[in-house]
Amino acid sequence: MNIPKYKLKEFIISNSIAWVLGLIWLIPFLGVLMASIRPYREIVSGWWHFSPFTITLKNFVGAFNHPMFPISEGLRNSLIIAIPSTITPLLVAALAAYAFARYSFPIKNYLFVFIVFLMALPQQMTIVPLYFLLRNFHLLNKFQGLILVHSAWGLAWIIFFMRNYFSMLPTDVEEAARIDGASDFKIFYKIVLPMALPGLISAAILQFTWVWSDFFLALVFLQNPEKYVATQRLPLLRGQYFVDWGILTAASIMVMLVPLLVYTLFQKYYISGMIGWSTEK
Amino acid sequence: MRKSKFLTPLFFLLPALILMVPFVIYPVFKTVYLSFFLDDKFVGLENYKNVLLSPDIVNLDRFPNKSPPWGALIHNVVWIAIHLPATVFLGLGIALLLRRKEIKGASIIKSIIFLGMVIPMIVGGLIIRFLFEEGAGVIPAIFKALGIEGLAITWTAYPKTALFAAILGSIWIWTGFSMLMYSAGLASIPKDYYEAALIDGANRFQIFKNVTWPLLKPITIVVVAMTLLWDLKIFDVVYVATGGGPGGASMVLALQMWDYFARALNYNYAAVVAVLLTTLTLIPALWLIRRRD
Repeated sequence: MNIPKYKLKEFIISNSIAWVLGLIWLIPFLGVLMASIRPYREIVSGWWHFSPFTITLKNFVGAFNHPMFPISEGLRNSLIIAIPSTITPLLVAALAAYAFARYSFPIKNYLFVFIVFLMALPQQMTIVPLYFLLRNFHLLNKFQGLILVHSAWGLAWIIFFMRNYFSMLPTDVEEAARIDGASDFKIFYKIVLPMALPGLISAAILQFTWVWSDFFLALVFLQNPEKYVATQRLPLLRGQYFVDWGILTAASIMVMLVPLLVYTLFQKYYISGMIGWSTEK
Repeated sequence: MRKSKFLTPLFFLLPALILMVPFVIYPVFKTVYLSFFLDDKFVGLENYKNVLLSPDIVNLDRFPNKSPPWGALIHNVVWIAIHLPATVFLGLGIALLLRRKEIKGASIIKSIIFLGMVIPMIVGGLIIRFLFEEGAGVIPAIFKALGIEGLAITWTAYPKTALFAAILGSIWIWTGFSMLMYSAGLASIPKDYYEAALIDGANRFQIFKNVTWPLLKPITIVVVAMTLLWDLKIFDVVYVATGGGPGGASMVLALQMWDYFARALNYNYAAVVAVLLTTLTLIPALWLIRRRD
């Protein structure tokens, strides 16, 4: 490496600080990984002791086929809920966002401010009436009920996000199509949606990971143990007499693997979604 | 912007309204309505009086001289007082550090710090519990090695430490957010601004104070508002790390609402806490909305 001497000190200091910080942030994950692949007796006095060091997959098998709350079923349920809860609000919100981006209509600005406000709303504010609403419509303890709630809750931020995205797109192709006599809806799905694909991917990825990671709504609306989603099962795997960190960490890894994978594969979209979700262009 | 054709935008908005009216908007008003009733009887502000004056929410007999429980509202405020400045400044500091070109592997470090934002919060909460557990956890072990026996304990099991374990853990989870936002903000500052400042003979601190910090102000507003919202709404992390305990020592508003709703089956008190929580989130929300104009 060609580093001038006077910069060497600076190089060492800032690299050490940066990597120590990185290590501090990584240690909790290292602990989880170590606890998940080692027998309980080896981690009970600290996973950082290396002798003896036995690698086992027993914890993963145990969590996957847990007699009471198998994570395998939870992962399946999470997937059954997360996929429709991503697609539905994405399509519905894209339509609404287009109206906000391209048309002018009365109360538009008030409506948009209201949507920004809904983004900040705590879920606690709606669950008591929602609980009774779903119960009356026989949607409690049903995946459909939770999917509807997730979809409705996803709308506000996806509308906000997609409106920003649509506003940045050039409108000349749309104008040309209009002159050629294309209908509004045709312009929307033939021209605008394909152009907005990167934005739609970002929104889909964030919505999917948020629904996958949701705990609170599932806790309220799925009260039948068979229906429990993966996040809901995690706290139930504690073990009877002591906290079984092996099972818990193995299950945690399986539950977080899906969002981690999505993040790794679509990092660019994930990051631009994160930034675009919270700031306005 | 096209001239208003009233029906077309309505058509585009209709599916969203069909979903949002029954599942988001109606329940908001219904919750406010419920907060004024008890056992189907209109009681006016009675519920508010009972809930706000109960030690569940504000417990001034214990705050600040005795160990928690101090009440859920105070816990949320303490949470904000520690978590907000810590994550904002840590995130800014890390973003500034990692954009220096001498740092090797800056993008790897960035990804590691951002991981907390990617994982489900329920997993984050479990990890916090694991970190602070005596024997299996790192943090009590560190304090033991330092000879500070008072903190070489399972933090989540004692009233004096449970709340702080959850707050410290949530700093680990949330710093990635402000780091990401500030990194994006720093990247968007034109290079010539710095060159001009250097030519004028400004030193590093002056450049930060007079160029970087003012230009980052819009980002800071977003980061602070989003962090405030997160601090107020915190639920999963506390639910699984401490369960709000021991004895309510780490209870927060969102969890207190769940407690009234699911354990006490007092839907009206639950509604009162929900309204209180929503009122508090209005402050950062309005701040974000006002920034638009």
